[in-house]
Parts: sequence; structure tokens; C-alpha cells
Amino acid sequence: MPQVEPTDIERVFRSESGRAVASLVRFFGDIDVAEEAVQDAFVEALRRWPTAGLPPTPAGWNITPARNRGLDRIRRESTRDHREAESQRRHEPDEPEEVGPVVDDQLRLIFTGCHPALALEAEVALTLRLVGGLQTPEIARAFLVPEATMAQRLVRAKNKIRVNRIPYRIPSAAELPDRLRPVLAVVYLVFNEGYVASEGDQLMRSELCAEAVRLARLLADLMPDEPEALGILALLLLTEARRPARTDAGGDLIRLADQDRSRWDRALVAEGQAIVRACLRRNLPGPYQLQAAIAAVHSDAQIAADTDWGQVVALYDQLLARSPSPIVALNRAVAVAELHGPGPALALLDDLDLDRYHLFHAARADLLERLGRHDEALRAYDEALARTTNRAEQALLERARDACSSGAGT
Amino acid sequence: MTQYLLSVHSVEGKENYASEEDMQAAFKAVDTFNQKLQDQGSWVFAGGLHPADTATVVDNTGGEGLVTDGPFAEAKEQLGGFWVVEAPDLDAALALAQEASAACAGPVEVRAFQGE
Repeated sequence: MPQVEPTDIERVFRSESGRAVASLVRFFGDIDVAEEAVQDAFVEALRRWPTAGLPPTPAGWNITPARNRGLDRIRRESTRDHREAESQRRHEPDEPEEVGPVVDDQLRLIFTGCHPALALEAEVALTLRLVGGLQTPEIARAFLVPEATMAQRLVRAKNKIRVNRIPYRIPSAAELPDRLRPVLAVVYLVFNEGYVASEGDQLMRSELCAEAVRLARLLADLMPDEPEALGILALLLLTEARRPARTDAGGDLIRLADQDRSRWDRALVAEGQAIVRACLRRNLPGPYQLQAAIAAVHSDAQIAADTDWGQVVALYDQLLARSPSPIVALNRAVAVAELHGPGPALALLDDLDLDRYHLFHAARADLLERLGRHDEALRAYDEALARTTNRAEQALLERARDACSSGAGT
Repeated sequence: MTQYLLSVHSVEGKENYASEEDMQAAFKAVDTFNQKLQDQGSWVFAGGLHPADTATVVDNTGGEGLVTDGPFAEAKEQLGGFWVVEAPDLDAALALAQEASAACAGPVEVRAFQGE
């Protein structure tokens, strides 16, 4: 019998607990009861699997033990108020587990956890915990908050769901566009938190990215007709593909233009590009699809100089028209610099109210340097450095500033 | 079914409506909304309150029966009126609150009542 390592069990739990919790929330009508039942069954599995081996199909990790444990617990803890759960359960037909619409259960849970009546930070925490199977300490570490704070946030959110009767339901087609937006925002935020920041636990950070990709895959599987669900998956795949080239051997960040593109993950690029092409054929563009399309254009270029900047600027124009924001305008200006030169791009930056954003000053510094205005460029690098506490980004800016300052003398 | 409180808060010292016409229009819209609530069986109770500066607080927790002038909370925003409605879940309650807010021309806070 093959040895079963604790990490195998953890992996099974991580990937399967979301399905189990989702099914049991419907069965018990109560998130806490469902979570406890799955935890109990998992503890039992931890005891049994190392000797008995993993179940024949770990992917189909049976929810029956978890459900039975939940029922046991409810019977045992008669002092606890589970009347609601009991009454809910009586209304459910005693259906066979596993063959039920697990997919729908997971979607229901995602939409419950990302209900607009909840705060975004609560939505993120709930989704990672209920759908992603992450534990509270892991989520707290990833978001750099004390464990007690994160636990409190989760308790409060689950309590709000319960007392207000936030429904456990997939929104109707008419509601879907509005209700999908916070779901996608949560997935995007989870990814960004893992990708951009370099504070905190590095391993946990890359796990956040992996988890966001997994959530995006799940959404795309569950809602294959939602172009933006496909769009965010493509965007995350194409961004994640650059990870191997994003840092050098010493862990320092490398800008997109300077990355060794042969180190990009070709499989992720191919998958992302295929989704972008499918979205283009469907022609129902949205912000995530457009950002994915921009990433796809970058991924087409073997070296930075081959980038089709005309295409990039055209896509930013569409993105800006749909979701105008100064950050999008900043990114567009950076692309304009490649297409029309640093002068016109610098003029575009003058109109933006982004003084507090370090990358605004970093972009200005770069354009000023390219225009030969070294003293102004150095000052802009200083402005940028004063506005970020992120060590990796500071190091990148310091290197750029040093290069600029040695160029100033020549 | 769950009962929800849909409450409307007014800012102390600030008129709720810009003009007499606005006020009359809101009253009319609220009447229409109330009728709809009753017709569809969502209605439990509703009412508007006189301003908070007309309130009196009674405190008999110490057995002394203290009576003081003024509202309980020294807040800038005070309860101005409310609906109690019945709805199957929060989504249904929020949909009613959207209509309520449009009718009374103010933000509406939604809270569920504790079960019996």
C-alpha cells in the first residue's frame, strides 16, 4: 500500500472541502453546521487514511461521513439551537449524495459569500474559506491581519448571512450581471494580493495566486456562457504565466519589458490565448476580457520590442471607454509612449490625479529620462520611492534611479 | 418568512425635502408603495415619526422611573420613519427597500427581526 503523506490529505482537503461544504450547506441550511461536519470528517480521515490509504477516488471524497457526523453532532448537542437546521433538513428530500448538482451547490455558495450586502473584505475571506478550503490562520497570514481579526470577520459575516437570511441561491439571469461583478472582484483581489505584494509569507502569497486561478477555473466551468468569467480566467492565466520571469535569482522584481520571455509558462500562455480568442469570437467584451486581450498581445511578442503597441493602445481605448479610471489611463499612457514616443505620453500623465500612486511617479520618471530630462526624472524617482513601502518595488525603483543618475553625467 | 425593519433616518436640523412639492410627491409615492405592500401581503406595519427633539426617554431600570427630555441617542441622524415587512429572504427584502428608498427619497436601512 502506498504511503499516504499528511500533505496528500491536506491536498485532498483543500480541493474537496469546498464541494463538501457546498453540498452540506444546502443539506443543513447552515454554514457553521456544514463546516463543522466537514472538519469532523476530515479529522477522522486524518486518523484513518495513513493506515487505510486514501479512498479509491479521493476526488470523490464521499460527503456521506461528513453528513452523518453533522447529524450526530446535531443530535448530541441538543442544547444548541439547531431547530432551523432541523426544519430545513426535513424539507430536503433524502437525496443520494455525490450525484446531486454539486456544481450548483458550489455556485450557490459563491454567490452567498459574495452577496452585495457583505463587505468586500468579508466576501474575500468567506470565499477563500468556504469555497477554497483555506483555514482562518492561512487567510489571516495572506492578508496580514491578526488571526483573531480574521476569525472575527468570518464570524460576523456568517452571522449576517444567517440572521438576515441571505439566500443560498444562484441569481436569476436578470440579476446575474450585477451579482457576478462582486464575485469576479473577489477572485481578482485574491490574485492581486498574491501577485503584487511581496510582504508577508512568500509561500502563502503564491498559494493565493494558485487559489485565485482555481476559483476562476471553477467559475468558468460553472458559467461557461459568461464571457467575463472566461475573461478573468484568461487574464489570470496569462499573468500567472509570467511568474517564473518576474523575479531574478536574488528575488528582485523584473519589469515586463526586461523579462526573459522564454521563461514564461508556455502552457498557461497557450490556454489563456485560446480563451481570449474564444472571447473575441463571441464579441461581448467586458473589462476582464479586454485586460486579458492586452495580456495576450504581450504574450504574442517573443521579445518586448516585437510588441504590437498599436493593438495594445486600441484595447486600452476600449477599456477606458468601458471602465474609466486613472489607473487604466496611466497604463494606456505607458503604451502610448511605445507607440508615439515619451513626449505625447508625458502630456497624457499631466491630466491624471494620481499623485499618491507610486507607479504614476515611476512612469513619469521613465518618460522624463527618455526625454533626456534627467534631473526631473531623478526627482520623480524620489517621489515614487517615497510612496511605496514594498521592498521589492523599492529595490526596482532604486536600480532604475541609479541607472538614471549615472546616465545624467554622460 | 422573516420580518425586516426598513428604517429611514433623517439628519437633525435638516429638512428632509427641498420643497413642499417634493414632500407631497414623496408622501404620494409612499402611499402607493404602502398599498402595494398590503396588496401583495408583505405589509406588517409602517409609520412616520415626529422629529426626535419631541422624544422623551423613560428609564425605570433602577426602579426610579426617571423621565428625561430628548432622544436617547445623541446622534446627528435619528429614526424618522419605518416599515416592517415580511419577506422570504434578504434579496426580497432588499428589493422592497429599493422601492421604499425611491418612494421616500432617502436611504433605507434593512435589518431582520429576531425569530420568535
